[in-house]
Amino acid sequence: MHSLILATATRFLMGLLLLFSIFLMLRGHNEPGGGFAGGLVAAAAFVLYTISFNLTMARRALRFDPRSLSAVGLLISAISGIIPLFFNKPFLTGIWCPQKVPIIGKIGTPFLFDTGVYFVVLGVTLTIIFALTED
Amino acid sequence: MEIITAVFSGFALALIVPLLYQFSRKWTGWILALLPLTLVIYFVSHISQISQGEVIKVSYNWIPSLGISLSFFIDGLSMLFILIIAGIGALVMIYGNGYLSGHRNISRFYVYILIFMASMIGVVVSDNLITLFIFWELTSISSYLLIGFDHEHEKSRAAALQALLITGGGGLALLAGLILLWHTSGSWQLSELLVQDGAVREHALYVPILLLILLGAFTKSAQVPFHFWLPAAMQAPTPVSAYLHSATMVKAGVYLLARLNPILGDTDEWHYIVTLAGALTMFIGGLLALPQTDLKRLLAYSTVSALGTMVMLLGFSTTLATKAAIVFLLVHALYKGSLFMMAGAVDHETGTRDVHSLSGLIKYMPITAVAAALAAFSMSGFPPLLGFISKELLYEAKIQAPNAALIIIIIGVVANMINVAVAATVGIRPFIGDKSITPKQGHEASVALWLGPLMLASAGLILGLFPNLIADSLISPAVSAVHAEITTIKLKLWHGINPVLMLSVFTAISGIGLFLKRHAIRRFAARLKFILPVTPTRLYEKGLNSMLGLARVQTRLLQSGYLRNYILLVICTAMALLGYKLLINDKLIPSLNFTGIRFYEIGIAVLILLATLMAVRSRSRLGAVAALGVVGFSIALIYVFYGAPDLAMTQLLVETLTVLLFVLILYRLPRYTKLSKTTNRVRDAFIALAAGGMMTILVLLAVNVQYHPSISGFFAEKSLIQAHGRNIVNVILVDFRAMDTLGEITVLTVAALGVYALLKLKKLKK
Repeated sequence: MHSLILATATRFLMGLLLLFSIFLMLRGHNEPGGGFAGGLVAAAAFVLYTISFNLTMARRALRFDPRSLSAVGLLISAISGIIPLFFNKPFLTGIWCPQKVPIIGKIGTPFLFDTGVYFVVLGVTLTIIFALTED
Repeated sequence: MEIITAVFSGFALALIVPLLYQFSRKWTGWILALLPLTLVIYFVSHISQISQGEVIKVSYNWIPSLGISLSFFIDGLSMLFILIIAGIGALVMIYGNGYLSGHRNISRFYVYILIFMASMIGVVVSDNLITLFIFWELTSISSYLLIGFDHEHEKSRAAALQALLITGGGGLALLAGLILLWHTSGSWQLSELLVQDGAVREHALYVPILLLILLGAFTKSAQVPFHFWLPAAMQAPTPVSAYLHSATMVKAGVYLLARLNPILGDTDEWHYIVTLAGALTMFIGGLLALPQTDLKRLLAYSTVSALGTMVMLLGFSTTLATKAAIVFLLVHALYKGSLFMMAGAVDHETGTRDVHSLSGLIKYMPITAVAAALAAFSMSGFPPLLGFISKELLYEAKIQAPNAALIIIIIGVVANMINVAVAATVGIRPFIGDKSITPKQGHEASVALWLGPLMLASAGLILGLFPNLIADSLISPAVSAVHAEITTIKLKLWHGINPVLMLSVFTAISGIGLFLKRHAIRRFAARLKFILPVTPTRLYEKGLNSMLGLARVQTRLLQSGYLRNYILLVICTAMALLGYKLLINDKLIPSLNFTGIRFYEIGIAVLILLATLMAVRSRSRLGAVAALGVVGFSIALIYVFYGAPDLAMTQLLVETLTVLLFVLILYRLPRYTKLSKTTNRVRDAFIALAAGGMMTILVLLAVNVQYHPSISGFFAEKSLIQAHGRNIVNVILVDFRAMDTLGEITVLTVAALGVYALLKLKKLKK
């Protein structure tokens, strides 16, 4: 079910959607959004890609195996929990960088944690959807 | 610091073994042996300190809120065990290097054996009861991995599982016992319990504590009726049998009894239970050893018998008996370790372990033969070996046993006679006579294979000739630790002519007689087997099978494999429990308040209801999916109205993805046909309505209930100050409640892998 209109639109939309997903994740700490929503948007972008083109191309566009993405996400979140241990604080305590970073604002381990959530949600959703779509 | 390094160095080294193996290859075992060797040297350097009655103690906080600490203490008893564990450990690394050379999983063997060694040292130096328990379980797990080392063989796997289930089951009892012990005494620290002067013995919970802890010790040390896992564990490679299943791990139970003697020992219950279990094990282990023809099984059953002897002696609670037990423990480690390694070397070089097909090996394997003979003489208790001193002590202790001395002496003599016969069958017979035909042409084993047995056997000879080398430095401190009072021990080879010597001579002569008549005994025993209708092995198998059967039955009942049945079951169970709770609380009718309701809220409610009806009544899949989508988006709208933009956004995204997912797979699904009977549909409708109604009531009730002050205020207040975020929902997710989120994303990942595996599996079946 290839549609030229959908395919062309998707090419433009992909970049916007992915950008939007990162934007959602970054603003999450202060405005509605966050890693979970961001990850869902990114996953939706790739599902759209799958519908417009096909699964093989979507896999290629993603570059990484979605299973690895969720594993990496889990690792990132776990690491963000381990970092405070080196500062003699309990597991998962938020550690914040004293300086503000331009555009993003304050950064700290909760931010890293949210990045992990982003990848887990993206990876999990695509693992299931890709597996279902496969012949 | 040094002690904690000594305990954990084995774990650390185990981590890098696979890497090390890439460089050192066939020298790995020799290199790894340096660690236990270093440990021996380190601990020997502290021996004078310990033998003067000093105790080395260190403690690190671990979970202070539960009183659990990483605390270690080393006294005479720990010292003796450490030296046995590390000393034989070094030899076993070298021996394993030769025995398993060329095995493709040899580096795995080194990893397991190092983990075991470190855990076993952990057991004997732990001060905190929980630390002790953790190391105790680690030895069970490493034993499981080592028994199942040849995991391609069904028999190895079964034996490994059996050992794990039995020692693990005992471990659970032990944990319960230790917790009760803490409950009655208020301390997790052995060093504190040891100076409480037996307050636990007076406590009402003394008997349960004793029974639970004994269960742990008896399963670990293979006491009757739990003895059968030990002979089955002979499926392990021989270095493992020599190390874990004769010299060290099986003595963990003996260690525990000795360690807890000042706390729990010397009561009537202790005397009867421990002595009886030990004496039975000593006797039955010996009897079962007689008809065996496999070198390793012969040694395994005689190990069971030896463990019984040690347990029995500890049951006496007299200083003399403890002295005998401690010396016997050392002697047994030396000769049994040596004989096991010898049996492995013979098996390695000739290709068989059957005593019938082994003879005349002395010409081909002279060094192994010397080691075997020395160990066999020590096991038989012939002078001038350490085994002789040990046996004299055994008899002396038995004669002075507090209860039933006569019976104990009689079965003790029988057990020792069998020991002599087993020693002759294993250590002497294969080497003398004419050369037999074996699968492989025997020749002397490599250095790695004879070094261990020879060193251990020679130690038996040297210590027999010069017992004072260990009397004051090792044995006295250990005995003092078991009795919590300073005791000095003299060890002598020659005691003069006395009743004990007479018993020894009698044992030796009748033991040799037993050896000469071994074929007749074997035939007799084969006929006797039918007298015993229930053996513990059979009981274990029955228990395991019925457990698996139960699992199968309940799986068949609950796991139909149809999603609809699962949903039905889950909903019905939840509704029944919820309904019951609401009924007994008499709160079925919530108070309703319709004031202040806005027109668009009514609109959404109507929309949801209509969409639901549409989804149920729809005749096409796409229609149903679209209707469900409407429900989802309407709920998102409700979130928007009530000021929860985060929830609304997530709900919208999930709905979008769900609809997309349906679109992706819709055209693969079969046509929308009516498959269920009308009665089923009515039933489902009824259950659905009931569940929906119940949930509505619950939600309405929940709104009016406020048991605790709401914590929303706390989050709203602290969100920006402490967590630097204005979006409270997100701050809760990634900071305040990050642990929950971490758990959730872990579950998500695991679930995704499960879905993936299930879908792949279905494809494979096609």
